[in-house]
Amino acid sequence: MLGFGDGWVLAAYLFCVGSTILCVVYGIINWNRGADKEPTQIQEEVAWAETEKKIEEEV
Amino acid sequence: MLLIILVTLVYLAATGFFAWLGFRQTHNAQDYLIGGRQIHPLVMALSYGATFISTSAIVGFGGAAGSLGMGLLWLTGLNIFVGIFIAFVFFGKRTRKIGHNLNAHTFPELLGLRYKSRFIQGFASIVIFLFMPIYASAVIKGGADFVQSYFGIPFEVSLLFFVSIVAIYVWMGGMKGVMYADAFQGLIMFAGMAILLVSVYAKLGGITSAHQSLTDLINDPAVREQTAKSAADGFLGWTAMPKFGSPIWWNLVSTIIMGVGIGVLAQPQLVVRFMTVKSNRELNRAVVSGGVFILMMTGVAFVTGALSNVLFFQADGKIAILAAGANDKIIPEFIRRFMPEWFGAVLLIALLAAAMSTLSSQFHAIGTSAGRDFFEKTLGRGKNSVLVTRGGILFGILLSTALAWMSRYLDASMAIIATGTALFFGLCAATFLPAYVGALYFRKLSATAAKAGMIAGFVTSTFWIFFIHEKESASLQISKLLTGKASLVLGTALEPLKMVDPIVIALPVSILVTIIAGLFVKSKLEPAHVETCFKGV
Repeated sequence: MLGFGDGWVLAAYLFCVGSTILCVVYGIINWNRGADKEPTQIQEEVAWAETEKKIEEEV
Repeated sequence: MLLIILVTLVYLAATGFFAWLGFRQTHNAQDYLIGGRQIHPLVMALSYGATFISTSAIVGFGGAAGSLGMGLLWLTGLNIFVGIFIAFVFFGKRTRKIGHNLNAHTFPELLGLRYKSRFIQGFASIVIFLFMPIYASAVIKGGADFVQSYFGIPFEVSLLFFVSIVAIYVWMGGMKGVMYADAFQGLIMFAGMAILLVSVYAKLGGITSAHQSLTDLINDPAVREQTAKSAADGFLGWTAMPKFGSPIWWNLVSTIIMGVGIGVLAQPQLVVRFMTVKSNRELNRAVVSGGVFILMMTGVAFVTGALSNVLFFQADGKIAILAAGANDKIIPEFIRRFMPEWFGAVLLIALLAAAMSTLSSQFHAIGTSAGRDFFEKTLGRGKNSVLVTRGGILFGILLSTALAWMSRYLDASMAIIATGTALFFGLCAATFLPAYVGALYFRKLSATAAKAGMIAGFVTSTFWIFFIHEKESASLQISKLLTGKASLVLGTALEPLKMVDPIVIALPVSILVTIIAGLFVKSKLEPAHVETCFKGV
């Protein structure tokens, strides 16, 4: 099938395509899930990002 | 030459414009976060891809596919399933949250703070500092090999040219946080690889016909003669897996597929990326882009690398590795010989971009390991840590350049770039993976168990690299100097072990030691600390 010499390589080819489809489907289903809505969460993010920026500047 | 200069200038101008566009919109951390929330998902998507893929994947592993065949597609599958899906969904979200709860900014710091252990932070930082240059040298060699082939200049000159560009880029501070510039680089890479895929399949009459020509190639008497040596080692053609248990099978399956496919989970410079993501929503979205992007990068590189054999044979009567002269030259020579000149110029830029984003994250990890993790946190010296970090980066650049230069003394038929990359990935998996999984999922795992697993994984892995796995121990020469044998198992009943990659032995050892120590030594971490770590997870 598909001109391959053995089933293992065909399986690898299909594994690549299958894994990509899994990623796409998972991402689309969860596209809007997991956003930080709480102000405390956003504040935590900001505090972390500010320290990160300081480290980046030092480097 | 004029074309390449023109393309480079257009590229630099566009990158500069996008960098300026991003900079104008993000003045402080608050803006950066808010801005990030409004960025179009496609921009987010492409910027992710550009930081994941480097010249090592395209030139190094693409070349490996040229000599070992399409069995490498198992690695692409693992890159997508493990490196994107498992990594983002099961590792990324927890890493991000725990990292933020602990205010961790590097991978050693995450482990050190989670287990409240300065030893763990120090140990992890030393491993990264000393061994990551091997991986960086593989990325540099990939870039230098391409420049050498494209311009037809000596390797030393192309290496110097490539490293100079990298050094200037890193010295200027890279393009960190500049999403539009990254996305632009990602777009070029995506377009470049898409053109490559379509043209290779078109040249060979379509997907099935191309694969069939490659399958039939091994039956040609001239090809049989040219592949006689590798056939004796288990090679059965480019569209079939090597003979089970043969030296080539072990190299493909244990080193290339498993080493990199699993090792990706414990890559310090990738773990850090999870912490810079703004929310789990961005990680969910990145799964889509990451999956598609990796398929288009490594998938296309491996398919092209393998199919190049048909085109090289039709043109020269030689298989790819013989026509190109070395494993790592297969992709560069293929582009130079069979693709239009303008495409070579575009791909050169795409590869430079890919190498830049990866190298700057590697040197960043090497520098912070020396300065922030080891000097500041482990030794407890606050002063001069910036200087140590910068010194660490300089050391990293010099050492990886020296290693890339020394690689010319290695056997050119070896997949040097892929082997160097796999060595580092495997070492990271054996040393860090059990402790990292424990940090994210096992609240009761003690610091002692994490330490024991890390030490066991590291010691087993390095012992195997230096004294058992012949592919590496023979090149490193230490075993030969100390014992007179390239591998300790040569001439003994255990000789087949010389083919087995370190990850196959060291990762299970590390997991086992972590579990046993975890069962016997109770965690001394205060419940309040563990609660802080897992808040909101």
